[in-house]
Amino acid sequence: MTHVGYLVAGYGATFAVLAAYGAWIIGKKRALARELPPEERDPRWH
Amino acid sequence: MRSETGTRVLGTLAVAALAVLAVMALVVTPPDVNQQDAVRLFYIHVPLATVMYVAFGITALASVLYLLPRTRARKWDLLAGASAEIGVVFTGLTLLTGSIWGRTTWGVWWTWDARLTTTALLFVLFLGYLALRRTTGDTDARAKRNAIAALAVSIDLPIVHKSVEWWRTLHQKSSLLDEETFLHPHIHGSMYWTAMLGIGAFVLLFAWLLIHRYRLALLADRVEDQGLERAIAERRAEVLTGAR
Repeated sequence: MTHVGYLVAGYGATFAVLAAYGAWIIGKKRALARELPPEERDPRWH
Repeated sequence: MRSETGTRVLGTLAVAALAVLAVMALVVTPPDVNQQDAVRLFYIHVPLATVMYVAFGITALASVLYLLPRTRARKWDLLAGASAEIGVVFTGLTLLTGSIWGRTTWGVWWTWDARLTTTALLFVLFLGYLALRRTTGDTDARAKRNAIAALAVSIDLPIVHKSVEWWRTLHQKSSLLDEETFLHPHIHGSMYWTAMLGIGAFVLLFAWLLIHRYRLALLADRVEDQGLERAIAERRAEVLTGAR
């Protein structure tokens, strides 16, 4: 296979950035949900 | 089906589709006669760019719905912001994968080609839009300002799409998603189906991200309201205590 370094960089950066962004959204959502009183929490926020 | 189960299924489907895409793109499809294995970047670059259009398209549509008095609702402003943020992430990755691909085929990381320049401009414009959303002020006035700004910067979207036709560019013409190539694609066989799978996989991922980012925006709104109500209650209690 040719251009292995470029392929690793392209695919690696894409999947790493998207995974990190998804994890950030879920983490932030859970952290914010904890700030609400339990009776106001929605299961979709966990 | 409960909505959290639905989003979990969606997320699982997106991850599975991306895994299949990685195998198809890196192992199954053949190398290109001219570009050799560098062509494999095509299977992520084009889907990322496609989602970029979808994300900013949703931002523009939600902004219109907010500006129309009959449909005006806070949810459209939040949806516009959520979709724009994801769009910026995908635009950044489109520029990055395009730059890597450009280095292998053109020999340069960057050139001031019309497609590249208008896409970079789109990235900067929507970053500005996201910065504008963080400013303070009356909720309705702020949302109207956001919507107008989103529509103003969205003017660049069709320019990006048509740039390869309007100007002589180094960037190749659309491979899949214009009026002609959609019906008569320039690529065939496993290359075509892998590109289509890539678009499907990234659209699924976008949908999952959008649902969660929108819920996060709703939640942030609720927490902000709670904080405001608590601050008002505390101030009222202080005033009452002082009056006694």
